[in-house]
Amino acid sequence: MPTRVLVPSGVLGLGFDRAALKRGVDNRPDIICIDGGSTDSGPFSLGAGVSKYSRAATKSEWRDLMRARAEAGVPLVIGTAGTCGTDATVDWMYDITVELAVELGQNLKIARLYSSQPADRIIAALEAGQIRPLEPAPVISPALLDSLSNIVALAGAEQVQAALATGADIVIAGRTTDTATISALPLLRGDHAGGAWHGAKIAECGALCSTHPTSGVIQVDFDADGFTVEPLAETAACTPHSVSAHMLYENSDPYQLYEPGGYLDVRGARYTALDERRVRVEGSRWVEGSYTVKLEGARVAGYQTTILAILRNERYVKGARAWVDRLSAFLEGEIRSRMGLEPGEAYTLEFRLIGVDGALGGQENRVGDPVEVGVLGIVTAQSQAEAAEIGKLINPFVLHYPLTDHEELPTFAFPYSPAQSDRGALYEFALNHVMELDDPMSAFRLVVTEVAHGPAR
Amino acid sequence: MARLGDVVLKVRSKNAGPFWVTVDVFCGSPEVYAKVVPALATGEVAALYRVEPQHLKRFDIEELSVIKFSLPRPVVQGSRDDRDMHGAQWAVLLEEADVRV
Repeated sequence: MPTRVLVPSGVLGLGFDRAALKRGVDNRPDIICIDGGSTDSGPFSLGAGVSKYSRAATKSEWRDLMRARAEAGVPLVIGTAGTCGTDATVDWMYDITVELAVELGQNLKIARLYSSQPADRIIAALEAGQIRPLEPAPVISPALLDSLSNIVALAGAEQVQAALATGADIVIAGRTTDTATISALPLLRGDHAGGAWHGAKIAECGALCSTHPTSGVIQVDFDADGFTVEPLAETAACTPHSVSAHMLYENSDPYQLYEPGGYLDVRGARYTALDERRVRVEGSRWVEGSYTVKLEGARVAGYQTTILAILRNERYVKGARAWVDRLSAFLEGEIRSRMGLEPGEAYTLEFRLIGVDGALGGQENRVGDPVEVGVLGIVTAQSQAEAAEIGKLINPFVLHYPLTDHEELPTFAFPYSPAQSDRGALYEFALNHVMELDDPMSAFRLVVTEVAHGPAR
Repeated sequence: MARLGDVVLKVRSKNAGPFWVTVDVFCGSPEVYAKVVPALATGEVAALYRVEPQHLKRFDIEELSVIKFSLPRPVVQGSRDDRDMHGAQWAVLLEEADVRV
């Protein structure tokens, strides 16, 4: 059965064209799907279990989408709720939804799909040989798994289908693959499997597959042979080039995409312009495989304090590298004698030269003649208190340390007071693995609740 | 010899998950693509990114006039030694490289 999916934008919190959203609702979609996150911004969100987007931005956009859902009378699904899709961020999104149900006067059945994984389950799976490393994968052990602050499994279409089968008006899903919320309904209704996954991949970033990426809203029509994609902002168009080029985006392989239960192969895909703004795609293939779900996990890898000084004096700018080398050696001795700490396990102190090689480090191959150099000192220690103490200890030397012993003490530019800032925990990604499942729902949990703040129904 | 960035439309890099980075060279036309494909030696690109050649995936995508390279990130995204959370600045290494076209 043909299925029309409305995708308001690539992620909730980034904004969308409201006129285009209205056009999408008027086109009578079968479902509205939006992504709530990814690992793009780094390990902090998953490590801490918090959303990277502001609650205010999330709530204001979700209000528009909840209104659109009520008008369209179809399910609204968010995947990877709260950036990382942990149970805590699913509940954060649920609280926002309930608040809005009160404000908008809506009656709702809400399904929450939870993706967080207890360490015990993953340790048992590891011991049973059901965890496989991807390339490249960090080494894992039961002890390491136990030390992770959060582990999530990426749900696929099957788990989203289970949530839809509850008859929910709104599905708030924890971590899912980028494509699963979009492919779920077309697959359930028997549309072309290769087309369902391929169309979902093209639409998952919203209008990024069009000529006007920031306009957000995209509509995809799935059917028995493939899919048709159309941007809904008046200024945007999809072309065979803009659509096919999207397979390159943030993908290490532009032809294959692994999902729970198989992979998508787009080598045979044909992209045809139906008119100036719509593109038809056929010929992509879904290849079934064993049922595995990808795992993501993060752990605390230390606590950080940073300090920033700016060198503007020409001699120090030219000698910045020699200066930080001399300063580092001196500070190592100071930290040893005053705090009894050896660099390595206990702490690290790194100075990065902004204006010299701040972004690329050892890979930088250009030498410039900067006007000034920012010296960013990064302390990583085993507790925040210890990192902060090192930050205070090094502060006067970062301000005044001389290039040679025989000169007046310099004073550099500190941009604020105190010059050091405590950053809190440093999180790191610790899993690049998949887990085999006999039953897709065995690692996921569904909770369905009803809220009634509208007219009796 | 010419700077690659002066020959092609655009060079873009981005993470492909926390463990990979991918670099897309958009040639802009079949003519430029035909010139750039043989001029970009895989081994030289691997050396530029300091990765073993066998760990560098290369895709020559004629229909898009795009050459794509994917490599394991030199440091995992967001780990202590990472300097570029989104991996988007690595593109400049290839953009600024001299090629024989």
